[in-house]
Amino acid sequence: MSYQFDFSAITPAAVQVLGHGMLISLQITATAIAFGIVWGTLLAMMRLSSSKPLQWFATGYVNLFRSIPLVMVLLWFFLIVPQLLQKVFKLSASNDLRMTSALVAFSLFEAAYYSEIIRAGIKSVARGQLAASFALGLTYLQTMRLIILPQAFRNMVPLLLTQGIILFQDTSLVYVSALADFFGRAYTIGERDGRIIELLFFAGAVYFVICFSISLLVKRTVKS
Amino acid sequence: MDYRWNWSVFLHQAADNQTYVDWLLSGLSITLALGLSAWLIALTLGTLLGIMRTLPNRWLSGIAATYVELFRNVPLLVQIFIWYFAMPEILPFGMGEAIKSLSPLAQQFTTAMLCLGFFTAARVCEQVRSGIRALPPGQKNAGLAMGFTLGQTYRYVLLPMSFRIILPPLTSEFLNIFKNSAVASTIGLLELAAQGRQLVDYTAQPYEAFIAVTLTYMLINITVMTLMRWLEGRVALPGFVGSK
Repeated sequence: MSYQFDFSAITPAAVQVLGHGMLISLQITATAIAFGIVWGTLLAMMRLSSSKPLQWFATGYVNLFRSIPLVMVLLWFFLIVPQLLQKVFKLSASNDLRMTSALVAFSLFEAAYYSEIIRAGIKSVARGQLAASFALGLTYLQTMRLIILPQAFRNMVPLLLTQGIILFQDTSLVYVSALADFFGRAYTIGERDGRIIELLFFAGAVYFVICFSISLLVKRTVKS
Repeated sequence: MDYRWNWSVFLHQAADNQTYVDWLLSGLSITLALGLSAWLIALTLGTLLGIMRTLPNRWLSGIAATYVELFRNVPLLVQIFIWYFAMPEILPFGMGEAIKSLSPLAQQFTTAMLCLGFFTAARVCEQVRSGIRALPPGQKNAGLAMGFTLGQTYRYVLLPMSFRIILPPLTSEFLNIFKNSAVASTIGLLELAAQGRQLVDYTAQPYEAFIAVTLTYMLINITVMTLMRWLEGRVALPGFVGSK
């Protein structure tokens, strides 16, 4: 191997910058998981409801977001939505809109995937539960809230967490909208110091350690 | 909203004597070529790894498990950057120089194809493994009792059934390859997503450009799903999974 690795570009100052970037990545991940699960649950319930328009909307939404790449969704929201918001709300162009557009894009995108997981979870709960709760006089919404959804979530926790890991990895794609998350900053530091390769491997190693540990945790919760 | 819709912009002349529709089609052709070639790599390598993962030999099984964990826990964007920027530098025996002497398009396409192929192979490995494990253990034992070697058991007994079982998840992996090919736009490959960005820049009609690209991705989606549904119908065995 004729390439000499030189990791001296990773100074404490660089680590601080990278740490801030990691905070942004984690912020996006957490927000997208939270909103994604909430909106995904609503979509799943819409898909399972008896109202045809709601079914069509939810099915169309999920199929749309599952058939286009995340890169396209991010570009949509990065290039088009800020213009839209500026025209509608008469805002001025600012950096905040980039983060907001990324958060909105990720939340809407992940909701489609979460809704599929949650729909499978709802359908995995025994039908007798639904019948019993109706027999006890609970309304549909009460049944969902108190009986079905808690059980569905308990069944789906490993899949929800795995999707969360995938989401964390996908936050690196905000690179295309020039939002400086962990990977974006690692690449910038590498470019600045001429040490792209070392920083790429460093970023890969950090992602590997985080995702691998969380997936081990998920496997352990499945076993117990 | 004072946006002027102009769908005929696609038929206007672009810089290099092509229309904008030609740009879209060239992006689509690169996406299709990238997806199909990466899928071939992923299917071959993934099946091999999936078989290794289920073998009783702990070394082979461990190698496959390490491969899967490595390629599943690093984001695709980081992987493609490593393939594109780092691999030519650290490959030994002049392979790096050989790669760097190719044209830029060939470099981008080859690295994107290898990256997508290796990344998806990890996921195909998991699917093949779950397909083999879904079969009753009696299948393998019966095969061995009939006098097949382990290889023959895999070839004639286990793999045919497990592939039929995992055809639906393999379909979604196939679709994922086409979606993940959009990440190759970050290394400069002018596939569909990158052409979409170009169209936005050059035509100043962002809505038309993005709607066209979105519809094209959905078209790819529908085509692949129809193809796979036909395949599922063709290979379904009466009385088993998936047949009517």
